[in-house]
Amino acid sequence: MNTNLRNIAIENSDTIVQMWLEKIDSLKGEEFRFSTSDELFENTNREFVNVIFTSIKQQGSLIEVITFSEKLITLGWPLSYITDGLQLFRRVTIDYILSNSDQVDTNFFSAVLTSVDKWVEPIIHQLINEYTGSWEHILSIQRIALQELSAPLIPVTDGITIMPLIGTIDTERAKQIMENLLDGVIKHNSEVVLIDITGVPVVDTMVAHHIIQAAEAVRLIGSNCILVGIRPEIAQTIVNLGIDLTNLPTKSSLKKGFITALEMTNRKVINLKPMEDGIEEMINSIQGE
Amino acid sequence: MTPQSCVKIREEWDIVSARQLGREMAKKLRFSTVDQARITTAVSELARNIYLYAEEGQICFEVLETADHKGLSVSATDTGPGITDISQVMQDGFTTSGGLGAGLPGVKRLMDEFDIQSEVGQGTQINTVKWIR
Repeated sequence: MNTNLRNIAIENSDTIVQMWLEKIDSLKGEEFRFSTSDELFENTNREFVNVIFTSIKQQGSLIEVITFSEKLITLGWPLSYITDGLQLFRRVTIDYILSNSDQVDTNFFSAVLTSVDKWVEPIIHQLINEYTGSWEHILSIQRIALQELSAPLIPVTDGITIMPLIGTIDTERAKQIMENLLDGVIKHNSEVVLIDITGVPVVDTMVAHHIIQAAEAVRLIGSNCILVGIRPEIAQTIVNLGIDLTNLPTKSSLKKGFITALEMTNRKVINLKPMEDGIEEMINSIQGE
Repeated sequence: MTPQSCVKIREEWDIVSARQLGREMAKKLRFSTVDQARITTAVSELARNIYLYAEEGQICFEVLETADHKGLSVSATDTGPGITDISQVMQDGFTTSGGLGAGLPGVKRLMDEFDIQSEVGQGTQINTVKWIR
């Protein structure tokens, strides 16, 4: 019975393919508004239906399916194209087999349903696996990339280190900030650490709490923390929230914070040549000629 | 009246999506930058409370329009353990999680209207409104 049905499907594959292609074309208008040329869409459809038939002919071999799904993933086609396409194939094939056989009783009906399901299900299964596998892979790569960006520590001069923070701070990141800060202070032998929060979108009680804790920990190992880059609106929300930052020296910009840090380490920035004198000298020399 | 838009809070990253939706709506309503930051911070506090104490709940936003002014309503609903003593949690510095204890009183100061209802074992509902000035 099973092989019999398979033979019917394979023998009439041209008709089924034709019916399927007509239907999938209407799907494109409704659901797939992604930008692909009609030619590419048609070629891929043909390849898709060939892959399905190869799998049926080879009694469920999935090698072609894997190659095809890899291609679709690289093209960036949505998963819904594949699932809808296969559901459509199932419907078309069942319709075709039923409409072309004289024997229509319950047994035959359920036999057709079962065998078509057996052809289609493994393909859907395999394709969804490939797709989700690729998503998970991307997700884990991005997570690692994000972690690398999360809490950098930059030693600028002897004794002064800067930690620029950009983006949302969650519990995981707060932990990293603390660890990197303490490791870095010991490693670079920093006297002053500047924490720059210019790029932090929201400072709520949790973020403030973590920053205060980090600063306190830095103080315990004998260094000083300066919080810089507090934007005016952030300053207002901190006041509204009633967060007490009096124990933490703050400066509006990284530049001011850096100057303070230099003062704390008994240094300052000077111009090697006084600027105005230089210009006057130049003018004098021109006049002299 | 526009329909509510809600964000479910189940994990820590949902706080970020609630916050982003809040900021987006505040921006669309043309709140000032400071008020945008206030609303975003309030949403962040409310969402974090849900995440920390109730584990599951949602934050809903609604645009309010009366005859003479417009505003944004932010409400937080959860089915968590509830709060035994509301006056206690509204005090600055009270915390059960080792935080700063500035969350709820802070939200009250950040927003214009604040209403909290809670029943032990049933859950907590907080309604807040910020009006455009």
